[in-house]
Amino acid sequence: MSAALKTGVLDLAAEAFLARYEGLRARLTGDAALREQAAGLFRSAGLPGPREEAWRYTALRPLAEVRFAEPLTPVEDCADLLARLPAISAPRLVFVDGRFREDLSRVPECVAVRVGGPAFGGLADPAREALVALNTMLAEDGAEIAVADGVDAGTLMIASLGTSGAGRIGAFHPRHAITLGRGAKLTLVDVAIGEGVYLNNAVTSVRVAEDAALTHLRLQMESEAAFSIATIYAEVAARGTYDSFTLTLGARLSRAEIHARLAGPEAIAHLNAARLLRGVQHGDFTTVVRHDAPNCASRQTVKTVLAGKSRGVFQGKIEVARIAQKTDGYQMNQAMLLSPDAEMDSKPQLEIYADDVKCSHGATVGEIDPEQLFYLRSRGVPQEMARMMLIRAFLAEAIDGVAHDEGRAAMEAAIEAWWEQGL
Amino acid sequence: MSDSITTETIDTVAALAEGGYKWGFSTDIEMDMAPKGLNEDIIRLISARKNEPEWLLEWRLKAYAAWLKMEEPDWAMLRHEPIDYQDLHYYAAPKKKAGPKSLDEVDPELLKTYAKLGIPLKEQAYLAGVEPEEGARPQVAVDAVFDSVSVATTFRSTLEKAGVIFCPISEAVLSHPELVQKYLGSVVPAGDNYFAALNSAVFTDGSFVFIPKGVRCPMELSTYFRINARNTGQFERTLIVVEDGGHVSYLEGCTAPQRDENQLHAAVVELVAMEDASIKYSTVQNWYPGDANGLGGIYNFVTKRGACRGARSKISWTQVETGSAITWKYPSCILQGDGSVGEFYSVAVTTNHQQADTGTKMIHIGKNTSSTIVSKGISAGQSNNTYRGLVKVLPKAEGARNFTQCDSLLIGDRCGAHTVPYIESRNPTAKLEHEATTSKISDDQLFYCRSRGLSQEDAVGMIVNGFCRDVLKELPMEFAVEAQKLLAISLEGSVG
Repeated sequence: MSAALKTGVLDLAAEAFLARYEGLRARLTGDAALREQAAGLFRSAGLPGPREEAWRYTALRPLAEVRFAEPLTPVEDCADLLARLPAISAPRLVFVDGRFREDLSRVPECVAVRVGGPAFGGLADPAREALVALNTMLAEDGAEIAVADGVDAGTLMIASLGTSGAGRIGAFHPRHAITLGRGAKLTLVDVAIGEGVYLNNAVTSVRVAEDAALTHLRLQMESEAAFSIATIYAEVAARGTYDSFTLTLGARLSRAEIHARLAGPEAIAHLNAARLLRGVQHGDFTTVVRHDAPNCASRQTVKTVLAGKSRGVFQGKIEVARIAQKTDGYQMNQAMLLSPDAEMDSKPQLEIYADDVKCSHGATVGEIDPEQLFYLRSRGVPQEMARMMLIRAFLAEAIDGVAHDEGRAAMEAAIEAWWEQGL
Repeated sequence: MSDSITTETIDTVAALAEGGYKWGFSTDIEMDMAPKGLNEDIIRLISARKNEPEWLLEWRLKAYAAWLKMEEPDWAMLRHEPIDYQDLHYYAAPKKKAGPKSLDEVDPELLKTYAKLGIPLKEQAYLAGVEPEEGARPQVAVDAVFDSVSVATTFRSTLEKAGVIFCPISEAVLSHPELVQKYLGSVVPAGDNYFAALNSAVFTDGSFVFIPKGVRCPMELSTYFRINARNTGQFERTLIVVEDGGHVSYLEGCTAPQRDENQLHAAVVELVAMEDASIKYSTVQNWYPGDANGLGGIYNFVTKRGACRGARSKISWTQVETGSAITWKYPSCILQGDGSVGEFYSVAVTTNHQQADTGTKMIHIGKNTSSTIVSKGISAGQSNNTYRGLVKVLPKAEGARNFTQCDSLLIGDRCGAHTVPYIESRNPTAKLEHEATTSKISDDQLFYCRSRGLSQEDAVGMIVNGFCRDVLKELPMEFAVEAQKLLAISLEGSVG
C-alpha cells in the first residue's frame, strides 16, 4: 500500500500502536522474531483505509480517532460484568481487558490449557491482514487449548470482559489457539462483553484434525461504545468439522473475519451468523472459505437486522481450488432494514477453478414483508408485536441451526435482552 | 462415466482451439494513418482532420490531461502484458475517393468485407441505394464503421422522414453541434475512468442517434464494427438520445480479422432516455480472441452507460460476448427518473486463454425504479470468466426493486468462473434479490440427450443454448440467429 492512500488519522493511530510496541517490547513474552516481523509488516501497511478492497465498506477512522492508553492499575471488581455472562454450565477461562484472570476462571480437566502469554497458533497471516499484524505485534495474553485424540471435551467457555480500564481507554489484543486431535470434540462458547470504550482486537487459530469437530459459538455482546475486531483462522482436516455461529449485538464498530480452509477431503465448515444492530453501530461480517480438497462442503446463513442509523456489511467469499472437485458450497445472506437511515452492503463472491462443483450464493435486502404484517394484523396482532414476531422468525432461521441447547438458549436470551432496551 | 465425459470434454476443448477463428481475414485497403504515439499534437491532428469545432478540441484536451493523471485500473480479474499506449496509431481512416456520398462510390473491397461478414443488410441491395417498397417488413439501417470512419450510411431518407437522426458522430458534430455538445459526456464524463478518458481524448468516430419526442424509430439501427488495420487502437464513441416517449432498438456487432499483435479497443457508449422513452441496446461481440496459446487477440476495455433521466424511461442492455482476448465491460444504468427500468442480459463465453471481467451497475436513484440482471458465463479451456456487478440503492429510491441471476458453467478443469457482486442498499423499502450458481453440464442432462440419439456435440450445444435461453430470447430477431450461430461456433470444437 502506498502512503498516499492513507489518511492522516490512520497514520497517526498506526504510529501510536507502533510506539506502544517500542515501549512494551522488552516485557512482551513469546516469539520475539515473529513480533518483530509483524511490526515491520504493520509499519509498512498501517491501518487499512477505504481504498483497500477488503475494507471498502468498513472505515477504521472512528477507531483511529481514539487515543488508547495502557490501564495503570488492573481492574479488580468485575462482578457486574460476570453476572452478565450467559448461564452455561461449563468450565470457563475469563480474560479481563485481555489479561487472564485465574481467580475468575475454572480451568477444565480434560483439556490442556496454557495461559499467561499469547498463543500464536501459526495459522494467521499478518502479511495479508494488517490488524492481525497489529495483534501479533502487541499480543500479551491468550489461551492455548488442546484436546487430545479421541477426547470429547464437552463445553468450554472463553469470556472476554472489556472495561474502560479505570478511566483510561485500553486496547488489548488477545491471541488464542485451539487444537483438536483426531476424532476429538469440543464446544467452545466464545463470549465478549464489556462496558465503556475499549478496543478488543482478538486473533484465534483453530486446527481441527481428522474426524474431529469443533462447535464455535461466538456471542459478541461488547459495549456499544467499544471497538471489536475478531479474526479467526480455521483449518479443517479430512472429515473434520468447524461449525461456527456468530451472534453480533454489541460494539460501535465491529468486524468478525473468518478464514476457513478445508484442507482434507470431506471436511465441513459452517459459518453462520445473526446480527442485530441499532443506533450508529457498524457491524462487518467477512468470511473466506477456501476449498482445498475434494468432496468438502461449506454452509453459510447470515441474517442481519438493522435499525436506527446502523450499517451492516457482509463480505463472503467461496474459493474453490482446482483440486477441490465435488465441492458443495452454499451461502445465503439476508438483511432486513427497519429504518430509513440504515444501510446494508453485501459482497458475496465466488472464485472457482474446479468444474465439477455445486456452488451458489443468494443475497436479499428488504424490509418486513407488508403482506406478512397484514396477515398478522388482520388476525388481531398489534402492529409492534407483529413486527417483532416477523423479525424473530427471520432470525430464527439462522439461530435454530445451533444444536447446542445451552448455547442457543444463551443467544435467545441475549436477543431478548437486546429487545428490551428498545430500538 | 463421469471420467469419460471429462476426457471427452477436454478433447473437445482442445479441438475448439484448433478449430480456429473462422472470420480471420484481412481486407487490403489503403490506410491514412497518423504516426504512432499519443500527445496533444495527435489529438489536435484528429480534431483537425474532422474539422471539429473548438469546444470539442478543448474537451478532448481536457480529457487527455485527466487521463495523464490517472492510473490504469487493476481491480479486475485480468492479467495482461502492460499496454504501451505510445506504440499505437490513434488515427486511421480508409482513403476515400472524393465524397463517397453515394454507395456506388464506396470501396468495393469494403462491400466485399461486409459480404464475408454476412451483414444482414438486405443488404447489398440497400447499399446499392435501392429504396424499400412501401409497407415492407421492418428494416435494419446500418451505419458501417470501418476502422474508425463511417463510410456508408443507409436508410437515411426513411429515417429523416421520421425525424430520426442516425449518422456518424463526426458528422453530427458538424450538422447538429447543439445536440452533441449538450449530451456528449453527460453520461460518461470525459474523466470518468482511465479508458473513458482515453477514448474522450482520441475518439475518431462512432454513431450518433437522436430520436425526437414521440417517435418510434421505424427500423432497428445497426452498426458493424470492424478492427482492420494492424496496430490501430479503436476508440469508438456512440451517443444515443431518445426524447420523451421515443423508442429505438440499436444493434452493435463486431468481428475482427486475425492478428498476432494485441489490439486495444476502448469504446464509450452513452445512452440518454427521457420521459417514457426506451432504448434497447444489443451487442454481439466476436473479435479475435487470440490463438490457442493466448497469443494476440483484442483487448476490449469498454465503458457503456445509460441514463434513465425521465420518469418511466427504460434502458435494456443485451450482450453476447464470445470474442476478445480481454473483455472489461460493465454496461450500466443510472435509474434517475421515477419508475424507470434498467435491464442487463448477458452471455459471456471464454475459451482458450480468454479473460472476461464483465457485468453491470444498476444505480437506483428515483422512486419505484426496478432493475433486472441476468448473466450467463461459460468458461472453457484455460479461460477466466468473471461477473462483476453493482446494485446500489440510494436513500430516496423508495420501492426500488432488483432481481439478479448469475449462472456460471464450467467446461473442463483448467478454467475459472468467478462472481463478484456488490449489493448496497440505503432504503428499507427497496427489495433486492441476488442469486448465483456455478455448475458443470450435468451427466444426467448429457445422458438424457445422448440416449435420444444426439451426438455429444449436439447435446452440449443444446444444453448450452438452453442455459443461455433467458438472454438469447431478449435479442432482436436479426441478432438472435447470429448469436446462436456464434455460440455454436465458439463451442463447436469444445463439444465434439
